[in-house]
Amino acid sequence: MTVADAPSIQHRRSASRTLRILCPNGHLGFAPIKTGSFQIGVESEPDLICADSGSSDVGPGPLGSDTSSSPLLWQSHDLEHMLLASRRLGVPMIVGSAGDTGTNSRVDLFVGIIKELARKHGLAKFRIGYFYSEVEKAHLRAKIEAGDAIAGLDTRPPLDLATLAATDRCVAMAGVHPYIKLLDQGADVIIGGRSSDCAIFAAPAIRRGFPEGLAYFYGKVLECASFCAEPYAGKESVLGEITMEDVKVTALLPEQRCTIASVASHAMYERPNPFYEYFLGGHIDMRECRYEQYDERTTRITGPKYVPAVELRAKLEGAGKVGERYIGMVGVRDPYTIANIDGVIDWARLQVAERFGPNGYELHHTVYGRNAILGEMEPLKRSPAHELCVVVQAIASTREMAEEVCLIGTRQMFYARLPAVKGTAGGVAFLLDEVMPATPAYRWTVNHTVRVDDPLQLFPIFLTEAGGR
Amino acid sequence: MTTRRLSEIAKTIRSKNAGVDKITFDVLFEDRTDYDLVRHSGVLSRAAISAIFGIPESRISDHVEFDPALAIKFTITRTISSGSPGDADIFGSQQYGPLLDIAVPVDGAKIPQL
Repeated sequence: MTVADAPSIQHRRSASRTLRILCPNGHLGFAPIKTGSFQIGVESEPDLICADSGSSDVGPGPLGSDTSSSPLLWQSHDLEHMLLASRRLGVPMIVGSAGDTGTNSRVDLFVGIIKELARKHGLAKFRIGYFYSEVEKAHLRAKIEAGDAIAGLDTRPPLDLATLAATDRCVAMAGVHPYIKLLDQGADVIIGGRSSDCAIFAAPAIRRGFPEGLAYFYGKVLECASFCAEPYAGKESVLGEITMEDVKVTALLPEQRCTIASVASHAMYERPNPFYEYFLGGHIDMRECRYEQYDERTTRITGPKYVPAVELRAKLEGAGKVGERYIGMVGVRDPYTIANIDGVIDWARLQVAERFGPNGYELHHTVYGRNAILGEMEPLKRSPAHELCVVVQAIASTREMAEEVCLIGTRQMFYARLPAVKGTAGGVAFLLDEVMPATPAYRWTVNHTVRVDDPLQLFPIFLTEAGGR
Repeated sequence: MTTRRLSEIAKTIRSKNAGVDKITFDVLFEDRTDYDLVRHSGVLSRAAISAIFGIPESRISDHVEFDPALAIKFTITRTISSGSPGDADIFGSQQYGPLLDIAVPVDGAKIPQL
């Protein structure tokens, strides 16, 4: 290597520099933080405390109806522990995808909780940074009309105007950019709208100059907290450390360890493929990742590579209301009826169609004891159990209609006319001779990507203050 | 042909949402020998998975062997997105059931490819 080829020291950082992040919870608010391992983490004086609070696992209902699936009490509990620790240590606290869905109202809710906690504990003044992730339908409509396709993910076709119209609410997934911007502006606490899980942790690392590949991997390994450790124990804290060369993650609950197997197994958890992770701005390629046991409870990872995106595209999640919903339940014990359960269901559906016609509602009969859970994929669907439970779901535009569709779809199973049935006093058993109101039904209308000119374009940022009375 | 059930050999057999339109399956092993035995046997090949669940292979979007975790992983696309009306497994967390009883040849025999 000639002198001219040698990398200048000005472009490198000392390998002894590290950034340590404590993560107490993989889905803040969904179940409370276990505080024992969190306190152990706090005592190790991390540089930041970060957690993800979002998940699409809760189904389309919370996003569509703009509610949280996590109770306020648990959200406040987790935020209180994180806030008090971060203020005591004087280090930033970052929460992403506020309130399960990361909608604007959930961000406002968390900012309000932080302010209230600051008052309650008489904390000295600090700065809260936050950003929104909701996307106006008008923005997407303009894109579609201009021919800038909203591309479908996972085999979905491009978003069309009808599906957009059927969408109640849509959020975009932020990358590291709004977090970095808010840290630059001196935010002590950041509450993020919907964001990629890994961005919450990658942002402070990238801002401090650590390599992107390692930084995004760092986020990916930390975002589920103790899910990357073994034996299984949820809601326990883990501590990570990034250097210029590697990422290390350690379990804090005394009974847990981060092993090669547990960390690698988490790298593949709830994603289609363990080798690639996509986010706004690019992806990481993990095919060359190496996992080593660093000490008894710590695993060291090297080798992830960052691949910048050719075109900036933000992932979108959208949900739309299908209708009001009622639920009914019936049991079946007669083997002949069980063998002919589809005939019983067809009878009930026919009675609904006679009353309401074939369209304008949805009616689902889910047959527990046969193939409720796997549906058509159930290999044993032709050998049902000795008793069945059929859950009847009716969805319609009004509660009154949903109730009546459900009542007919449920009660008429009792009157089904099977030719050779011995029992003529009732075809099914009722646990309750009634139907029950359920929350409205929603569906995922949007699982797409939209082109953005700037990675901050869809994510307006704000600063406010709390504490200091 | 001597066989053992996959549930007796694998350490973990699980399924879970991978986004709202996919379910991913992970089969993890305690040691390399078991991992090699199962992946070389063909019982979790694309063709075998398609036969077990009665789905076309085109619904299997990913199928990988992941050495660091001693894992075989595959992902299928849903016909109804998670939590939408008609879906009865919002988290996708009980779809692995049919994998437990897969008979794995333990005397080095390969299952006949379908």
